[in-house]
Amino acid sequence: MREAISPANGATPLLAVRDLQAWYDESHVLHGINFDVRPGEVVTLLGRNGAGKTTTLRAIMGIVGKRSGSVQFEGNELIGQQPRTIARQGIAFCPEERGIFSSLSVDENLMLPPEVKPGGLTRETVLEMFPNLRERLTSQGTKLSGGEQQMLAIGRILRTGAKFLLLDEPTEGLAPVIVQQIGRTLIQLKNQGFTIVLVEQNFRFAASVADRHYVVEQGRVIDTIPNADLDANIDKLHAYLGV
Amino acid sequence: MFELLGIPPQALFGQLLLGLINGSFYALLSLGLAVIFGLLNIINFSHGAQYMMGAFVAWMLMTYAGINYWWALLIVPIVVGATGVVIERVMIARLYHLDHLYGLLLTFGLALIIQGLFRNQYGVSGLPYSIPTELSGGTNLGFMFLPNYRAWVVVASAVVCFGTWFAIEKTKLGAYLRAATENPTLVGAFGINVPRMITLTYGFGVALAALAGVLAAPIYSVNPNMGADLIIVVFAVVVIGGMGSILGAILTGFGLGIVEGLTRVFYPEASSVVIFVIMALVLLVKPAGLFGRTA
Repeated sequence: MREAISPANGATPLLAVRDLQAWYDESHVLHGINFDVRPGEVVTLLGRNGAGKTTTLRAIMGIVGKRSGSVQFEGNELIGQQPRTIARQGIAFCPEERGIFSSLSVDENLMLPPEVKPGGLTRETVLEMFPNLRERLTSQGTKLSGGEQQMLAIGRILRTGAKFLLLDEPTEGLAPVIVQQIGRTLIQLKNQGFTIVLVEQNFRFAASVADRHYVVEQGRVIDTIPNADLDANIDKLHAYLGV
Repeated sequence: MFELLGIPPQALFGQLLLGLINGSFYALLSLGLAVIFGLLNIINFSHGAQYMMGAFVAWMLMTYAGINYWWALLIVPIVVGATGVVIERVMIARLYHLDHLYGLLLTFGLALIIQGLFRNQYGVSGLPYSIPTELSGGTNLGFMFLPNYRAWVVVASAVVCFGTWFAIEKTKLGAYLRAATENPTLVGAFGINVPRMITLTYGFGVALAALAGVLAAPIYSVNPNMGADLIIVVFAVVVIGGMGSILGAILTGFGLGIVEGLTRVFYPEASSVVIFVIMALVLLVKPAGLFGRTA
């Protein structure tokens, strides 16, 4: 196993997570998550259901009951900060359930997240990226198909100027053709300099976009697999994921 | 002169107007309750007391400072709304992690305290507040005599209700409000200050109640119980319209005022209970209310 935290390419981590623990009410979900994300990387958190992948993203964002340890973003400690101030530093979160608002139109959903940094995508660019949304702008947000809702959920956070994206299972329950479209979009975003943490169950999809994979089990990161070494580790990965 | 089902038109239109006036207050008050319930998820039981405070503050401005009705329309909602902001920050905000019932109990207690304080200070006999000279008198419409002040109340209430509906349903600020009503956590994770929005929303709902109080001051006598009498009917209106529905609160408010007025014409004995009968029927047939969304 290669050391993931080496400054091999000279880049200091954009996000450094150390001994991150999190609780929902009384249940202790994360037991010490450690990982790094360097600028411009796409990393995935892989693991079985209930391993703590979603909770890791939510803990970074500050929307869990209680958390401890350290999450440093651009050298700033995020533990102890409110979700809204975390977002204001340029971190955008796309939840697993997509979070499209039913009382808002598609356009209102798209325009809802405020700009947190200069240089976000314009509304027009987002609509060029996801042309399906353009014809549905006045529809109720939740009237969109699952794939369109996912595009809307990703599109709206691209407007904010945040360059660090936390995406929770963006391909869940979507048709293969939509999954491919989202995959192309993520690669396009990576090429534009976005840094992405992706939670995935679908490791074939993960392999098509990511630089590195962290395997999460029982609230801990138990292994790190560079994407280039994925084939060599395929049996191990199958064992981790139970597929 | 024509008659309708044996009812003289003066009586019919007179009661219709009275119903419309009552409906104006139902609409303004249930609108404030709906806005507050939508975002805060609490039933603001002190709404009636805050309406009463609106009337009293208008009376105080006039009596102690010589500030007239028109300025009161502007100043009172700000002053009483500000007390709402303080109450939300200091007390209600501590209850959001608990069951909704606690918010109801807190605001119910506050209502009793506020009413008690005013009763202690001013008694229950009622204080006079005169109609502003610009709106005194009336207009003869041929079929009925329309007091100018009452016409003003209906128009002012309709304009404020429409303005509030527009602000919530059609503006960017309203989109934030609707989104935060659905999923405050996610809206916060977008970088929006949801707690501040909640505070201002409560202040705004209270300001609406206070504005209704100013409008009511020249019609009903200003007394500490004026809100308590009204608020029970307003809760019934909110239940019929559907909890948290903005449009539902407005339309049901005006509609039920009119229904009540008509009942007074055709079957006066039922006029004080008709709204509650409708409430019971609506709850049986459509428990989420006429405009409510089923969860």
